[in-house]
Amino acid sequence: MSFDESHGAPKGSSMRTPLGRVRNLGAAHSGTSDFWRQRITGVAMTLLMIPVIVIVMMLLGRNQAGAAQILGSLPIAVILLLFIFASAWHMKIGMQVVIEDYIHNEKLKLISIMLNNFFSIAVALASTYAILKLSSGV
Amino acid sequence: MVEFALPKNSKITGGKTWPKPAGATETREFRVYRWNPDDGKNPSVDTYYVDTHDCGPMVLDGLIWIKNNIDPSLTFRRSCREGVCGSCAMNIDGQNTLACTRSMHDVKDGAVKINPLPHQPVVKDLIPDLTNFYAQYASVEPWLKTTSPTPQKEWKQSHEDREKLDGLYECILCACCSTSCPSYWWNSERYLGPAALLQANRWVSDSRDEATGERLDNLEDPFRLYRCHTIMNCAKACPKGLNPAEAIAELKLKMVERQI
Repeated sequence: MSFDESHGAPKGSSMRTPLGRVRNLGAAHSGTSDFWRQRITGVAMTLLMIPVIVIVMMLLGRNQAGAAQILGSLPIAVILLLFIFASAWHMKIGMQVVIEDYIHNEKLKLISIMLNNFFSIAVALASTYAILKLSSGV
Repeated sequence: MVEFALPKNSKITGGKTWPKPAGATETREFRVYRWNPDDGKNPSVDTYYVDTHDCGPMVLDGLIWIKNNIDPSLTFRRSCREGVCGSCAMNIDGQNTLACTRSMHDVKDGAVKINPLPHQPVVKDLIPDLTNFYAQYASVEPWLKTTSPTPQKEWKQSHEDREKLDGLYECILCACCSTSCPSYWWNSERYLGPAALLQANRWVSDSRDEATGERLDNLEDPFRLYRCHTIMNCAKACPKGLNPAEAIAELKLKMVERQI
């Protein structure tokens, strides 16, 4: 019995050899950078988590002027910016992995990955703008 | 999207309960997945009763007893019956393992439930179609690749370098690990799976091999290698006690090592 005739075999399999199907378009020679960056941003977020929680607790119950005063401190603004940068990047890579895992329709996958990139960049830029605005006291 | 439900023609319906063997004082219930490509019916689960006094202790002994004494049409692969050939890999009581090394007495809670390896096309009954799995193994080119002139006697290797192959060379390619991996279920056409990647690491780790970089190039791919999310089902399922997840982590480490 051939692969195509057996129970539950993927429909529309071509007459290509099994090895040809596995080799397909060849290796992309990429993926390591994303893998490594996901680890770097993960470690960075772990390290930044405690100072960020402390800063958020300091901000609780304050009005805009009070928040602007706290964020006016350079180390605090830098910590928050680093946290936003690391988490947006981590989120982008993590979501892309989920999309690649579960979405098999090529067009839908491309659109989802594109939207994921747009969303992550937009969130990162909006957060950065808010922190810079408050910390500069404008 | 990924298909989470079985296709209509794969849904299990009904099944036959075979009579208990006459004169048996002690029996064990076996519920076995059946599917015949020739009758056009959906798969079913048949119930058999094995005379445990007339049969060896392993699940494979039970299956052979059923085939010899009750139902000769029951179809499964088996060969060495001692955990060396990997032929009798199947899902027993919810876990992928070898029928020849799993004792039926270790299966608690009533019946011994047996299904083919998950998420593979079925050829008949307990026989999965492993064509793609074997092609993936072939794609890692599992042989020594050298460009230096072949030595007069043999390619030499130190004891320390030989030890680096421990935990890798023992793989018998039974497919228990790959077919237990959710990443492999969703993307088996592009993800090589734990077995092929463990074998790939076996050759990447071989001090005699001269194609290490080329092998890593061939694996560096978001799907071929990086679909592994360290779920660890592979290590739990391996009937030889190997750790494919660790082998894959070593491959990833080598990928990073050559970049930074």
